[in-house]
Amino acid sequence: MTPSRAAFAAILAKDLRAELRTLQSLPAMALFSVTTFVIFRFGLDRTSLSGSLAAGVLWATLLFAAVLGINRLFVAEREEGGFDAIRLAPIDRSVLFAAKVAALVVYLLALELVAVPIFAIFFLEDAAGLGPLVAVLLLTDLGLAATGTLISSMAVNSRARDLLVPLVLLPLAVPLMIAATGATEPLLSLGGPSYDRFGTWLTVLGLYDLIFGLVGYAVFDFLLED
Amino acid sequence: MEAAGPAVAVAGLRRDYGDRPALDGVGFELARGASLVVLGPNGAGKTTLLRVLAALLRPSGGEVAVLGCALPAEAWKLRGRIGYLGHEPLLYRDLSGRENLRFQARLHGIERQAAEARIEGLLRGVGMERRADERVAELSAGMRQRLSICRCVLHEPGLLLLDEPDSNLDAEGRELARELIGPGAGRTRVVVTHDPERHTPEADQVLQLGIGERAVVS
Repeated sequence: MTPSRAAFAAILAKDLRAELRTLQSLPAMALFSVTTFVIFRFGLDRTSLSGSLAAGVLWATLLFAAVLGINRLFVAEREEGGFDAIRLAPIDRSVLFAAKVAALVVYLLALELVAVPIFAIFFLEDAAGLGPLVAVLLLTDLGLAATGTLISSMAVNSRARDLLVPLVLLPLAVPLMIAATGATEPLLSLGGPSYDRFGTWLTVLGLYDLIFGLVGYAVFDFLLED
Repeated sequence: MEAAGPAVAVAGLRRDYGDRPALDGVGFELARGASLVVLGPNGAGKTTLLRVLAALLRPSGGEVAVLGCALPAEAWKLRGRIGYLGHEPLLYRDLSGRENLRFQARLHGIERQAAEARIEGLLRGVGMERRADERVAELSAGMRQRLSICRCVLHEPGLLLLDEPDSNLDAEGRELARELIGPGAGRTRVVVTHDPERHTPEADQVLQLGIGERAVVS
């Protein structure tokens, strides 16, 4: 068997190289989030947001932008025979799951590098909460990537892929979004960030990541069977 | 150490797609180093047979053993020991030919320097050394097939499963490919073809699949 670390690095590098070359996912995700912020700004007719409303706008936008990337995560594997090539190679198939999760985390972080500053410019009077928000972003990205990779691998063989991913993913992401907005809300409070129950919400996010990471690791092998 | 016994042993193989049997009652044995040519009309189950032997499809019934591994139970032992050339080239369109081969080499655990030397040799062998840095999407079907042949033998597999290996190749391409995947390459081969005049004379066995008929081995 090929060492898992080498196979992981090979698949992740292949995905990132293909995305950098084609820019099929990231620009669409970034453009979607910026457009949604503009819609919120004029739809709510507010130039500043705080607390739960700010957290809700941020996470709803990031979640729907993430769906665009999740939809395309396994398209090359499906359409260009990557699934067969990987099944023929002497690697543990859960390595593919781990590499796809890592690729999606990179996409989400790149999206947030664009989207969060624009969100702050559009809606925040005080950017002091953005520092600790990094921890919430990282933990939420991990959970979203684990769930998204799992759902995307199941949906990719369906012709209704674009419909299936949001239909299955969004209900599964509800607990993640509750915890993410719960952790974000005090950071974006009027008058500066507070840390009320911040640690509790981070623990919930960590548990969600752990559960869906383990579920993905356990079932991914079966999902690749014919 | 390779186990003794035939390279491929199939008995009473059945594979269904829903209620429809694609293969039913197929049986043959293929010795190590020998070549089997599989013939039959469209829809006879030739590609299905190759995918079952490659452990890409589970058999619905019967017994299948490939390189000493009983399928599907021991499919994991077979990974990395088969060279599979299917209808699809199994190459990423947005990567170059060379990048695709490097990716495959890493998946198969080939050490970097050895992989580079092997890739260069294979690219020269199929006449693709000058076009190997172009994206696969920009190459012709014949060139993709040449790259796919390189991918198929990159990890020096003991068994080649070849589905229409000559498809899209010109005369020069067929001759170059023959060096790598022909009977002289010293590997056990199962070749699916619609060109019996070309492949049957050099085969040790021929398996004729029919639609709704018993498979015949000669």
